[in-house]
Amino acid sequence: MNLDPRAFPENAKQALADETLKPALARLKTHFQLGRRYSSARYGDFEALRDAGQAIRDHSITHLDTLLETFEKSVVARGGKVHWARNAEDARIAILAILRETGATTVTKGKSMVTEEILLNPYLKQNGITPIETDLGEYIIQLRHEPPSHIIAPAFHLSKEQVADTFRESHTTLDPNRSLAERTELVGEARRMLRATFESADAGITGANFLAAEEGAAIIVTNEGNGDLTRLLPKTHIVVTGIEKVVQNLTDVAVLVRLLTRSATGQEISSYVSVMAGPRGRDGDGPENFHVVLVDNGRSNLIGTEAHDVLRCIRCSACLNHCPIYAAIGGHAYGATYPGPIGAALNPGTLGVAAAGHHANASTFCGRCAEVCPVRIPLPKIMRHWRAREYAEGLAPRTIVLGLGFWAFAAKHPALYRLGASFMARVLKMFGGKRGHVRSLPLMGGWFAVRDFPAPQGKTFQELWRARP
Amino acid sequence: MSAGQSPRVGLFITCLVDLVRPQIGFAAVKLLERAGCIVSVPSSQTCCGQPAWNAGADGHAADIARKVVDAFETFDHVVAPSGSCAGMLRRHYPEVLANDPAYASRARALAAKSHELMSFLVRVRGMKDTGISCDVRVCYHDSCSSLREMGVKAEPRQLLASVQGLALDELKEPEVCCGFGGLFSVKYPEISERMGDDKVADALGSGADTLVGPDLGCLLHLAGRMERQGKSMRVRHAAEILAGMGDEPALGEPRK
Repeated sequence: MNLDPRAFPENAKQALADETLKPALARLKTHFQLGRRYSSARYGDFEALRDAGQAIRDHSITHLDTLLETFEKSVVARGGKVHWARNAEDARIAILAILRETGATTVTKGKSMVTEEILLNPYLKQNGITPIETDLGEYIIQLRHEPPSHIIAPAFHLSKEQVADTFRESHTTLDPNRSLAERTELVGEARRMLRATFESADAGITGANFLAAEEGAAIIVTNEGNGDLTRLLPKTHIVVTGIEKVVQNLTDVAVLVRLLTRSATGQEISSYVSVMAGPRGRDGDGPENFHVVLVDNGRSNLIGTEAHDVLRCIRCSACLNHCPIYAAIGGHAYGATYPGPIGAALNPGTLGVAAAGHHANASTFCGRCAEVCPVRIPLPKIMRHWRAREYAEGLAPRTIVLGLGFWAFAAKHPALYRLGASFMARVLKMFGGKRGHVRSLPLMGGWFAVRDFPAPQGKTFQELWRARP
Repeated sequence: MSAGQSPRVGLFITCLVDLVRPQIGFAAVKLLERAGCIVSVPSSQTCCGQPAWNAGADGHAADIARKVVDAFETFDHVVAPSGSCAGMLRRHYPEVLANDPAYASRARALAAKSHELMSFLVRVRGMKDTGISCDVRVCYHDSCSSLREMGVKAEPRQLLASVQGLALDELKEPEVCCGFGGLFSVKYPEISERMGDDKVADALGSGADTLVGPDLGCLLHLAGRMERQGKSMRVRHAAEILAGMGDEPALGEPRK
C-alpha cells in the first residue's frame, strides 16, 4: 500500500483483492453502525442534540481567533504553556524543543490523529527520542510499522489472528505456549508490555478531543485508561491538537461528548472523560510541566471558504463507519491520515486538490455520511466543491473533460442531441444483438471492465412519443 | 384522487430512459394520466446536467439547467421517473443557478414543483391503488437520491403493495448504495463492482425474482453486473410494473 493520496486507484484495487480485509471491514456494521443507531434512538431527541452540537461547533469556527486567545490566557493562568504551530514542521520543532528542554528520551503517547498528521513518531526517532504508542490499536500498528486505517480504531483493518502474529514476532519475552486466541488475551499481552513503560517514560503526549477556552482545559474521551497513565505519570505532558478543537467552555464540551460517544462507538459515555487543565496543583496530582501545541497545518485556510463547515468535525468516524466506499476498501487505500468522507472533504483542502483529488471523486454522493454526521457537515457538497476546483484548475482527467465537453455540447443543442441519441440507441441495440445486452464497446472501458450494458430498445422515447398515433 | 382542475405536468423523461428504455417513459405517462394529469413532453429537453454538476463542470451544468428551466417552467409540475434527476432539479438547481440573476429565482420556482414520479403520484395526486395485477415477487432497491435527497421510501412500496398478485421482499440493507454513482461507476469500476456485488447478493438472497427501483442508472449497473456474472434475476423500473408492463422483457433480456 502506497502512502500517497495520488495512488488511491491502485491502492483501492489492492485493498479489494485483500482477502483478510473484507471480513475486518464487515465488522463496521456490528461494531459501529448498530451502536450508533441504538444509542441515538435511546437518547430521545437526538436530532435536537445534533442541532445543539452543530451550533456549538459553528460558534467555535466563527470565533476561532478570540476563542484561541482566551484558551491560551486560561492555560497560562493555570501554569501551562501554549505553542502555536503554523504547519507540521513548526509543530514537530516545538515538541522536540519541549522534550529537549526536559531531557526526555522516552515518550509515551496516547491516541492522537494530529501527531499522525504531522508525522511525529519518525521525527522523534530521528532525533534520538523513543515514542511508544499506548493505545492498543496504535500500539499494534506501531509494531507493524503501519499508519492508522480508521480515526478511532487505528487497527480496524486487522484480524485478531494478525494481531497475535504481530505480538509473537515483536515480543521477544512472550512464552510461545501462551494462548493469544482471545481478545482479552491480546489485551493482557499488550498491557504486560506497556505497564513498565508508563512508569519509566520521561514525557507523555496526548491529543485532545476538545479544548475548553474559558477553563483552559484539554479533554480526552477514551476507553482504555492509557490516556490517563500517559498524561499523569511522566514529568511532562504535551497536548498536541488542531486549532479547530476549541470550544467556548466545559458546558459546551458536555453536549459534544454526548454526541461524540453515541456517534462514534454507540456508547452513552466512554469509560473515561479526562479534563486536563494545567500542571500539578496543590493536590499533588499530575505532571510538572503542561504544554499545549496548537496545530494549524492548513485548517485556517478553509475558514470562510466553501469547505468552511468541515472544520466543525469532531472526529467521531460516523461518516467512515457508514461509508460504502470505506467499507469496500478500508482506510489505508486513501494514503492520508484522514480516510473516508471526512478525508474526502478535508484532504483536498489541506493537502491540495492536485494531491487528494481522488478522495473527493471517489464518492457516489450517496449521502449517508451527511445523514449520520453529528454536527451536520454537508460532506458530499464539500466534496463536490473540490471537484469543481479540480475541474476549474484543469486538473480533472483529460478523458473526463473531453467526454463531458462533447456530451455537454450536444445536451445544449436539443436537435443535435435527439439525432445523436437516436443513432446511439440503434448502435447499442445492434451491439446487443440477440443477447439483449452489450458486452463491450470502444472508449467505454470503465463501464465494461466489470459489467455488461443492457441493450436499448432501439428507438428513443422522443422518437416514439412524436410518432405515436 | 384529488378533485379540481387537471394539473399540467411536464414529463422530464431523463436521458437514460430516453436512450435505453422508452418503456419507462410510457409507463410514467400512463400512470400520470391515470392520476388525472395532462402530460406534455417538451422536445427541447435533453439531460438534467447532473453528470456535469457532479464532475464539477459548473459552467456546463448551468448552461443545461437554464435550458431545462426554459422548457419546463410553465408547467404546474415537473415529474421525472427518477429520484436522481428529480433531485438534481429540486435540490441542486437553486445552487447551480444561484449566481445567475436572470435565472436564480426561476430555478427555485422550478425546484419547488419538481418531483420523483412515484412520490408525486402518492403525495400530490393521492394515488392509493394502481388497479393492476401482476404475478411477481419483487425486491425494491431505493436509489440513494430517491431515499435521502427526495425522502421517498414509503410511496413506491405503497403503490407496489396495491398490485394484485405482487409480493414485496425487503432487502437486508436497503439504505446502502449500489455503487452506481454516475461517472463514479466508470472512474472507479472495481470499487463500484464490489458495492454492486453486495447489492446483487442482497437481492438474490431476498427470494424475489425481480429487482425493481426508481432509478434507471442503478438498475443498468446492477443488471449489467448480473449479466456479466450470469446471474438470473429480472431487473426493471418499478413504474413498469405499476403501469401493467411487468410482462415485457426486463432490462438486458432479448426482445421477442
